[in-house]
Amino acid sequence: MSNFKELTKGLIKENPTLVGLLGMCPTLAITTTAINGIGMGLATTFVLVCSNIAISLLKNVIPKSVKLPCYIVIIAGFVTFIEMIMKGYLPELYSSLGTFLSLITVNCIILGRAEMFACKNKLIPSVLDGLGMGLGFTLSLTLMASIREIIGGGTWFGIKIPYVQSMTLFILPAGGFFVLGCIIALVNKLADKKPPEKIGCSACANASACQNKGGCDK
Amino acid sequence: MNKLIISSSPHQHSDISTSKIMLTVIISLIPAVAASGTFFGVRAIVLIAVCCASCVLFEYLSRKVMNRPQTIGDLSAALTGILLALNLPVTLPFWMAITGSFIAIVIVKQLFGGLGQNFANPAIVARIVLMLSFTGPMTTWAIPKYWASSAFSETSVIVNSNTVFTGATPLVSGAASLNDLFIGNTGGCLGETSALALLIGGLILIFTRVISPSTPVAYIGTFALLTWISGGDVPYQILSGGLFLGAFFMATDYVTTPINVKGKIIFGIGCGVTTFIIRNYANYPEGVSFSILLMNILTPYIDMITRTKPLGTRKKSKEVKTDVQ
Repeated sequence: MSNFKELTKGLIKENPTLVGLLGMCPTLAITTTAINGIGMGLATTFVLVCSNIAISLLKNVIPKSVKLPCYIVIIAGFVTFIEMIMKGYLPELYSSLGTFLSLITVNCIILGRAEMFACKNKLIPSVLDGLGMGLGFTLSLTLMASIREIIGGGTWFGIKIPYVQSMTLFILPAGGFFVLGCIIALVNKLADKKPPEKIGCSACANASACQNKGGCDK
Repeated sequence: MNKLIISSSPHQHSDISTSKIMLTVIISLIPAVAASGTFFGVRAIVLIAVCCASCVLFEYLSRKVMNRPQTIGDLSAALTGILLALNLPVTLPFWMAITGSFIAIVIVKQLFGGLGQNFANPAIVARIVLMLSFTGPMTTWAIPKYWASSAFSETSVIVNSNTVFTGATPLVSGAASLNDLFIGNTGGCLGETSALALLIGGLILIFTRVISPSTPVAYIGTFALLTWISGGDVPYQILSGGLFLGAFFMATDYVTTPINVKGKIIFGIGCGVTTFIIRNYANYPEGVSFSILLMNILTPYIDMITRTKPLGTRKKSKEVKTDVQ
């Protein structure tokens, strides 16, 4: 039961992109076509599962003081592996993902799961955690890329959709931010999340320009 | 009973209200609307009506959905609709114009909290979104009085806008006489072609003290100066494109521009410089809407540095932090 929970928590409840707001760089950059979204998501899932396995097995071997470099080396190894495979078997996807494939190495989700989960848990939960988080990432990326591709390009997985006049803005970065904001709002609504009750000036970005300083502290 | 009401200042009130200001602006836009009807036919008027009606409808619906008091009576949505329509070419399909109204009212204005809370001018953002999304239809400029040279009647164009003869905007082609540019007998958006009509509207606004002349003067002045220095054709550059429409009606919006005169002048100069740079060195032929949007974003900071010092106060040597948390 608890293992099953590790798998499903990443899909909606602790979705790394839409709730954790991690891995924003690939989320915004490559979600212009649904193929890109699903390819990026699955590549990241692979790296996530493999690095979680390696790190949870090596958790007693890696010294605390150098754990970050060790994690990065492990992750980078798997990223290089998937990059070579993709270059060999899926050259089109490889070229359209471009540099963002290598940048999976520094994707916060992978390092985050290694630091938060894999280094503290046994093998099986770590695998399921990585798989769940990876699938959550894939789902949100595919959803976002589908919306952007359908509205912005008039196609879905490269198939032309009739009667859709493409609205180019959705392919541009501004459309990416807009779609992401809408999806996050929808997920918050579905998960019935409430805004924090107390909003202080200390965490506010506009505190220096605010006319109503301290007005938010009740 | 309570004949004597004691309240704190201000004691003197003027009868100016939001709806009165908006109505004045709408009245001052009548010459531009009339000019667009003269040069672009019945479809121009229909397009303006569609934008205006859809903006008011979206405002009504979004206030209703958000459970807030109705604000369609303050006429700001109607004004946004007219301004948006004046920023569109006459051949644009109606559903695209309605999409623009949705962006202007729901996304730019109501999602941020309604009139007074929006950080950018709704009509400008809607125009930019439409421009980036539907670049083709948004840059199809009809030849003025196209019905004279085409086989189709003026009214059949309302349904089928593809039949209109089109030409390049004078900003790109550079082939229009100054007289035509001033009167408005050129290709372009509905409201931007006739500098004369816009000038009349702008002067009405200035004389009724709805807008202060500082922003338009600073904007057009800076742009003219830079064009003159760089050796451009000053009158041609000023009269073509959307400079007059932007300077008089968009860059003077109360909500999204600085409050005091010093800030307004900085705002105008910033707009002028950005417009000049975009027109001469960037990919897009026209930079008025982008420059006003950029300066809209800077407005809070301009307000911050130009804040009026209350009489008799001294500058604090260092701000003391009181809100320890």
